[in-house]
Amino acid sequence: MGIKFSLAAVVGLILAAFIGVSGGGLSHFFGVTMPYLAILLFLGGVVYRVLKWGRAPVPFRIPTTGGQEKSLPWIKHAKFDNPSTKGQTVVRMALEVFLFRSLFRNTKFELEKGHRLFYQWEKWLWLAGLVFHYCFLVILLRHLRFFTEPVPGFVQGIERLDGLLQVGLPGIYITDGLFMLAVTYLIIRRLIIPQVRYISLPQDYFPLFLLFAIGTTGILTRYFFKVDLIKVKTMVMGLISFHPVVPAGIGAIFFVHFFLVCTLFAYFPFSKLMHAGGIFMSPTRNLPNDNRIRRHVNPWNYPVKVHSYAEYEDHFREKMVEVGLPVDKELEPAPKATADS
Amino acid sequence: MKIYDGKYILVGLLVFGVLATFPIWFDHGKVVAPANPSLNTPVIDAMMSKHCILPKAQMITEHMKLLNVWRTEVVRYGKRVYVAPSGKKYEMSLETECFRCHSNKAQFCDRCHNFAGLDKATDPYCFSCHVVPSEKKPGAGKVAMVHKESK
Amino acid sequence: MAKVPKPSELELQHVLPKTDWMDTPAVFRPGNFSYPGKAKNLKVLGLANPREWSPMDEDWKLPADWKNIILEGLRERLDKYRTLKVFMDICVRCGACADKCHYYLGSGDPKNMPVLRAELLRSVYRKEFTLAGKIMGKMVGARDLTEDVIKEWFMYFFQCTECRRCSLFCPYGIDTAEFTIIGRELLNLIGCNIDWIAGPAANCYQTGNHLGIQPHAFKDMIDFFVDEIEAVNGIRVEPTFNRKGAEFLFVTPSGDVFADPGTYTLMGYLMLFHEIGLDYTWSTYASEGGNFGFFTSHEMMKRLNSKMYAEAKRLGVKSIIGGECGHMWRVINQYMDTVNGPADFMEVPKSPITGTRFDNAASTKMIHIVEFTADLIKNGKLKLDASRNDNLVMTYHDSCNTARGMGFFDEPRYVLNNVCNNFYEMPPNTIREQTFCCGSGSGLNNDEFMEMRMRGGLPRANAVRHVHEKFGVNALSCICAIDRAALPTLMNYWVPDVTVYGLHELVGNALVMEGETERTTDLRGEPLPGMEDNENEDI
Repeated sequence: MGIKFSLAAVVGLILAAFIGVSGGGLSHFFGVTMPYLAILLFLGGVVYRVLKWGRAPVPFRIPTTGGQEKSLPWIKHAKFDNPSTKGQTVVRMALEVFLFRSLFRNTKFELEKGHRLFYQWEKWLWLAGLVFHYCFLVILLRHLRFFTEPVPGFVQGIERLDGLLQVGLPGIYITDGLFMLAVTYLIIRRLIIPQVRYISLPQDYFPLFLLFAIGTTGILTRYFFKVDLIKVKTMVMGLISFHPVVPAGIGAIFFVHFFLVCTLFAYFPFSKLMHAGGIFMSPTRNLPNDNRIRRHVNPWNYPVKVHSYAEYEDHFREKMVEVGLPVDKELEPAPKATADS
Repeated sequence: MKIYDGKYILVGLLVFGVLATFPIWFDHGKVVAPANPSLNTPVIDAMMSKHCILPKAQMITEHMKLLNVWRTEVVRYGKRVYVAPSGKKYEMSLETECFRCHSNKAQFCDRCHNFAGLDKATDPYCFSCHVVPSEKKPGAGKVAMVHKESK
Repeated sequence: MAKVPKPSELELQHVLPKTDWMDTPAVFRPGNFSYPGKAKNLKVLGLANPREWSPMDEDWKLPADWKNIILEGLRERLDKYRTLKVFMDICVRCGACADKCHYYLGSGDPKNMPVLRAELLRSVYRKEFTLAGKIMGKMVGARDLTEDVIKEWFMYFFQCTECRRCSLFCPYGIDTAEFTIIGRELLNLIGCNIDWIAGPAANCYQTGNHLGIQPHAFKDMIDFFVDEIEAVNGIRVEPTFNRKGAEFLFVTPSGDVFADPGTYTLMGYLMLFHEIGLDYTWSTYASEGGNFGFFTSHEMMKRLNSKMYAEAKRLGVKSIIGGECGHMWRVINQYMDTVNGPADFMEVPKSPITGTRFDNAASTKMIHIVEFTADLIKNGKLKLDASRNDNLVMTYHDSCNTARGMGFFDEPRYVLNNVCNNFYEMPPNTIREQTFCCGSGSGLNNDEFMEMRMRGGLPRANAVRHVHEKFGVNALSCICAIDRAALPTLMNYWVPDVTVYGLHELVGNALVMEGETERTTDLRGEPLPGMEDNENEDI
């Protein structure tokens, strides 16, 4: 159900852009209104979401302890898996953000006869995840050539590396292929691993289908239904300089690609894609494990009802005195007085 | 509205904002004129009906594919003649055929390639083998014509 | 009480139901839930809705406005806990956590996959607190809060031991324990809790410890162990109680005072402190290291924990030493200083024997007995005869709480390696930060829940079985009172030839005390290696 719904949504988006531009003359809507709307939603949405998280305090410091804590000086401290200072925590975060450290620990269980459990090597999710994210980043940066004039050297540098194979003209990009492979893997594993399929919601399929469609239309635009890049860049530069123009004669396939990307950006802050911001806000990862060294302050810490020692002693004084336990208040000599109270 | 750890969050959001709007501040709102390649070379000026191998729109989007096919045909299979959809025959040669008319790389090729952000050193890599046509040599085109006709 | 199936009868398949998880109701059957909290215990603690009820009843006798109470409770906690708020939003359901949970591995029930456990709460959050959920409902994984949802929460938030193993593998550090803790807090607001937690918490609150041992009885019990030690090696140790002006206050879980094999560990503490001449005192008021309040709510945790600092202040000690315990140390490490500190009336702990200053406890002023002992050994202050433990082929179980609440790995191993000669590690993905829970933590070590405990403990037992078969391991050591209570049962069920030891029991065995008579038995009264014949002669 979730699969069909998400697939239908993406197909609907594609058709909307295709028909809108090629039949409905809506190129201004898809070329100007949509991108402005999308970027507004993206920037505003991300800021809104992060601030919303920020409004909640972090009452306790509960970091993930992935290794030996800081202890006696002769015990080797796992600085980056169980950091105790801010600096070490920054390194830990960098390992998480850039290398997906935690996902790298992944294993897969197997149950054999006689209730025997085994844990298998399983780094494919880590690998596909890493490949997907880095390819996405490279592709995003490469696209800056349509967003800048003059084009900065680093963009050309990335492009040169990515097109290193020099196969065909226009030359194929390594990241295009890897991106599609990774996305396909992520879709397939969600469909065929029973547990993952069982936990998947429509909002887990939708972004994958959307990304798959974005990749496909991008590739079609570059290699098959070629569009006039000069016009495309003219349009994009118009958007950036806030003098939007939509040159006539850009193929509909471009608008489909462009619209899907706009959808992705607009959808981003309101979905699980915010894990990108969330990882930085995750208290289990962005705090050092130094509770015993430095006191963590809870802004809403409040006094609670406790059973005080005085109450305790009042309750047990006689028994305590009987076995010789020291008491703060001696037994009252007149038993009558205690009975009255 | 109280934001906890506001210092870090604001710095983070600021970095995000700066990176996400990179194209806008990088271009600081200047209106960029689209690439305007020049078709004015002596040969083209002299042509009665100005046409290329394929229709203009197609040449804009597909010239690289065409050149790639030509290279393969010539280098791999030794074929040298290209028959355009119009029936006209062309020699599959960048230097003798293309440059005959488009002898102005700087005003023609480079303008679009630069605008599209292609890396001059490697992409297109035509000129890592081919010689850039010299505009100071009138008649270069004619030689090519003669050469072709003599075949 | 439910009949517990034998290991050979225990069915285990990881098959998914045909129906979507939202359409699969929780089914209570004997063995998969814990008995609900008794009214009298709830009243002691001032908890909501005390009543007699059973999870197997159709009507749970919830308060009339239960739905409102839960939603307001959730709203309040979303504003109070960034963890909860962020973790509600950022899960991508990648499934990396799915097979990391011992309860999932041992039960095959998909709702024991950490991701689904969290989704139980998330689905309600989406419906009530997000626009998309309000509009699109099930299409975005949102659902209404119904009594069935409450029943499901009760089932699965009390089928999680808050061991945090899933969190280690999560790319965003989503901590299911946080969902379980908050989920249990919410359930407590409408009176849905279990007696194995409410009972000990009530005892602890009123009497000072989970088992409800009164002060005179507490002293008696310790005195009994003093006699036991004398019988082993002729040394009479002299513990003191509630003594003002002592240098250290010692706090350990009351399980060590009450139940084997924890009691042997306690004997180990007494012998160690006597041997080094430590100026310390026990407290009958703060006679509980453990904290079952933590399995009720953050507030209850704070109420019970308050006694440690209060007693330290009253007695005027310089710092506190804590015994071997799991969740006790999680509370000390992650919460105590924050909720009941600052402990500025004490000093940074310093070993009077070695002079080592424990800067890693500079703020809490409380050190773990294992790090204290490790420091003693490292500085050559203890005379140890590890051969007394030569009949034991050891392995070591990292308690989930000291492992993933602190990162306390090499201290116990260092001590262990100095007090016994045969030590084999279990496979790497079952120890240290990846350790498996005993299956009975977070207040679930009750008898009626036995089948689930044996299931949840399977991954741990499986690893022990591996080293048992490979290296002949016959002893499992640990530094957690719940482990000492739960692992013997677990071993008896899955790996019957393995005995459970607390670390300081082994220290007590190996410790060569000044003026002691020749030992023929260990602390359990079993003959020492090489002394088997002597024992026979005696008989």
